[in-house]
Amino acid sequence: MIQVTVNGAAHRFDTPVNVRAVLEKLEVAGRKVAVERNGEIVPKSLHQEILVQDGDHLEIVIAVGGG
Amino acid sequence: MKDPLVIAGKSYGSRLLVGTGKYRDFAQTRAAVEASGAEIVTVAIRRTNIGQNPNEPSLLEVLPPSKFTYLPNTAGCYSAEDALRTLRLARELLDGHELVKLEVLGDSHTLYPNMPETLKAAEQLVKEGFKVMVYCSDDPIQAQMLEGIGCVAVMPLASLIGSGMGILNPWNLQLVIDKVKVPVLVDAGVGTASDAAVAMELGCDGVLMNTAIAAARDPVMMAKAMRKAVEAGREAFLAGRMPKKLYAAAPSSPTEGTIPSSRSKAA
Repeated sequence: MIQVTVNGAAHRFDTPVNVRAVLEKLEVAGRKVAVERNGEIVPKSLHQEILVQDGDHLEIVIAVGGG
Repeated sequence: MKDPLVIAGKSYGSRLLVGTGKYRDFAQTRAAVEASGAEIVTVAIRRTNIGQNPNEPSLLEVLPPSKFTYLPNTAGCYSAEDALRTLRLARELLDGHELVKLEVLGDSHTLYPNMPETLKAAEQLVKEGFKVMVYCSDDPIQAQMLEGIGCVAVMPLASLIGSGMGILNPWNLQLVIDKVKVPVLVDAGVGTASDAAVAMELGCDGVLMNTAIAAARDPVMMAKAMRKAVEAGREAFLAGRMPKKLYAAAPSSPTEGTIPSSRSKAA
């Protein structure tokens, strides 16, 4: 079990877990999102490759209405 | 396309750019954007709500990026660092999309731009290959600096964001228009159609607005009004207005053949 902060809130995952799996567990996999891990962009092409580690900070963002 | 607005080498038929925030729902967002005729729409980048209904429609479905040019913004950013982070995420989110709106705010009461941070962020974004349209003060010297850095459009405020106060300093706006070669768009402060028309009559290349439409009693009708105002203002600018005169030196009707009055001399 690892603890990961996603959008400011703590989440626990069984290891090993890649970015893609995190998105699926959080039910955002179907949406168009961008992911940042510890301040670095994780390109979509690497979502399955990059493993999330204990203590990581993830940001998952979408486009919303704005001026 | 007649008289297109050219930004970063791409031509647009509409000179009205609109925001997509503050609408009642997505249906109203779409109806207003469509009524405005805008081709470029601003969007914000925000954390997704974990645990929300995954089938809920998203803005990208309501306003498909295949139909509209997205302009991701950095609204809510108060430092160059936050703005850079937001736009890097936007580029990843929108599959390498490069056209962005940079705004670095100074404080939450005025939402006035923080120009030193704006200049810093603009420089780095241009280095990273972004095409930067930049919200800025109506200071002609800073506008030139932003152009010098390589921004593709400068977007001075007409008055504070969301204030609807209209164009408070047409003289400064005129200076920016005269000094800068890249497109100048009024971003922020437009309250009603005549404000948009005035901006265009001054020679602005376009107008960007959100609240003026979204906060109108009938946003869709206001979107339509703004579309006409921007078109009318542009045409008036191109047509070239008559010079202003202090006195009515020349009546519009013939002075010959007036019917004499027994009481007074008619003009």
